[in-house]
Amino acid sequence: MTSKSKWLSAPYLLWAVVFIIIPLGMIFYYGLTDKTGAFTLDNIIAITTAGHAKALRVSLLLSLISTLVCFLLAYPLAMLLAQMNTRRHNFIILVFILPMWMNFLLRTLAWQTLLEKNGVINHVLSFFHLPALKIINTPAAIVLGMVYNFLPFMILPLYNALSKIDKNVINAAYDLGAGYVYTFIRIILPLSVPGIISGITMVFIPALTTFVISSLLGGGKLLLIGDVIEQEFTRTSNWHLGSGLSMVLMIFIVINMILSAIFDKDGEGSML
Amino acid sequence: MKRKHTYRINPIVVLFFLLTTLSLTGCTSSDKGSNGQVIVYNWGEYIDPDTIRMFEEESGIKVIYDEFETNESMYPKVESGAVAYDIACPSDYMISRMIQNGMLSEINYDKMPNARENIGAQYYEQSRGFDPENKYAIPYCWGTVGILYNKTMVDEPITSWAQLWDEKYADDILMQDSVRDSFMVAEKLNGFSMNTLDPTQLETAKDALIRQKPLVQAYVVDQVRDKMIGGEAAIGVIYSGEAIYTQRENPDLVYVIPEEGTNVWIDSWVILKNAPNKENAEKFIDFMCRADIAVKNFDYITYSTPNVAARELIEDEEIKNSAIAFPDLSQYDNLETYVYLGEEGDSFYNELWKEVKSY
Repeated sequence: MTSKSKWLSAPYLLWAVVFIIIPLGMIFYYGLTDKTGAFTLDNIIAITTAGHAKALRVSLLLSLISTLVCFLLAYPLAMLLAQMNTRRHNFIILVFILPMWMNFLLRTLAWQTLLEKNGVINHVLSFFHLPALKIINTPAAIVLGMVYNFLPFMILPLYNALSKIDKNVINAAYDLGAGYVYTFIRIILPLSVPGIISGITMVFIPALTTFVISSLLGGGKLLLIGDVIEQEFTRTSNWHLGSGLSMVLMIFIVINMILSAIFDKDGEGSML
Repeated sequence: MKRKHTYRINPIVVLFFLLTTLSLTGCTSSDKGSNGQVIVYNWGEYIDPDTIRMFEEESGIKVIYDEFETNESMYPKVESGAVAYDIACPSDYMISRMIQNGMLSEINYDKMPNARENIGAQYYEQSRGFDPENKYAIPYCWGTVGILYNKTMVDEPITSWAQLWDEKYADDILMQDSVRDSFMVAEKLNGFSMNTLDPTQLETAKDALIRQKPLVQAYVVDQVRDKMIGGEAAIGVIYSGEAIYTQRENPDLVYVIPEEGTNVWIDSWVILKNAPNKENAEKFIDFMCRADIAVKNFDYITYSTPNVAARELIEDEEIKNSAIAFPDLSQYDNLETYVYLGEEGDSFYNELWKEVKSY
């Protein structure tokens, strides 16, 4: 059996080496050297300069807000889905996944057209003599873009976790006299923790590293850490600084992975 | 047993490699035209796609066409050699950087008669600022940077960069999201050279840009065109080549060269040193310099052409003598062309720009 599984993993191993290990190695190489190729930590310490630190703070704040909004929107929906019969929830999941079949950039550009001063939404609002919406090129528009783009990544893991909960466990709680709220807090919420954690990871990480959303919906007025890194690579061609800052971002990703590993283990344990 | 499955893996890996390399080479050879290919790296929306098709039909050379958004984003891609481009179309200061770093190959004018005959002498003259012996660059488009404003949204004619700092236009101003063009505006506002490396002058310019930031609606590159046409903003910093096009779409728009002076730029075709298809590259550039092609292209992109023969072919007298497309530069003071600032100068500008953007 072991020989067979090794055999099957060969294509993926090759893939991982070529597209994960080698690029990561290159990022570490660039991040830890300067233009002459000498070892340096300057590219990592550069995160403490005022501009970079602010970009990181803003990115963390906006991605935390987006993750929270995604969670608050997705959890009730995932609960509803988990209670529905298969045919209906498949349809609703399809509705949520459908926009993802369209290119991410196009969807974000569409939001730009919708939110603009003379955009579609404001035309509709002014038709009804309602005050105009002024959120394009503000942080609020960036959060909206993040929530819109990453919401499905929150719904699906939550739905998976919630639909795995044995109905008998919930019924047992009711039988033993627990009310709805008590059952939710003591039974449903703890049992869905693995889904919550992977949902948070799948929203928080892309939101933290995005640069497209901020430049399209933020009007380039708010610099996120993803924008800084993108510009180091594409505009100022300082790959060393870009790689060093990427390594700083990786720290947050690793923290997130450790957290999810811890909680997932708890999750598995309580499922037993 | 262990040995056995290592043997089993190996043929699979080998087969995998063989298949991928075979299919890759298969792709490239079948994609080529009968006379090979040429890989062109140009600005976004900077050519009439029909002219590329015509070139392919006439020459049998397949054109692989790729686009960039700013000089700064073009340079690292060409430098890294990730794609072996044959032709690029950078601006003046970027060309001098590429010449300094030995990235360009010399032009053979004997093979490009159209380039030699049709491009006006004054443009070759102007190119000597960054290409002293006209050895590397063939002018493709030129123009100025100025202000485009919507006359229904302002209550006075716009004539000066200073009006981009006027609070009554708050949230109605579009700036360029490009370090040199933004700093140029602030430097000209303060009467400095746009190529200054003086730290105190640059600090002043940076402070001006930071002061302006709350009034700016957005920092954009190509989108300034659509936003101005759509009436999204009242005033925008724009390249003169976009002015004719935007006026066609929205007659309320007016283009001005501000009184404090501005940047005069030339974008030119260059052939890269390591170009794999040098001869095809020469054919492509020469084709683009043919008068009938250049005029067709001008009609489409509306950027001022240095092709004198093509200008003669423009049918619309108004455009042929347009002060926007073909301004008499001797009428304006303080016009300058960007100069490459060197690696240190560049990174100094970039640092300051980052401070503005993250403020």
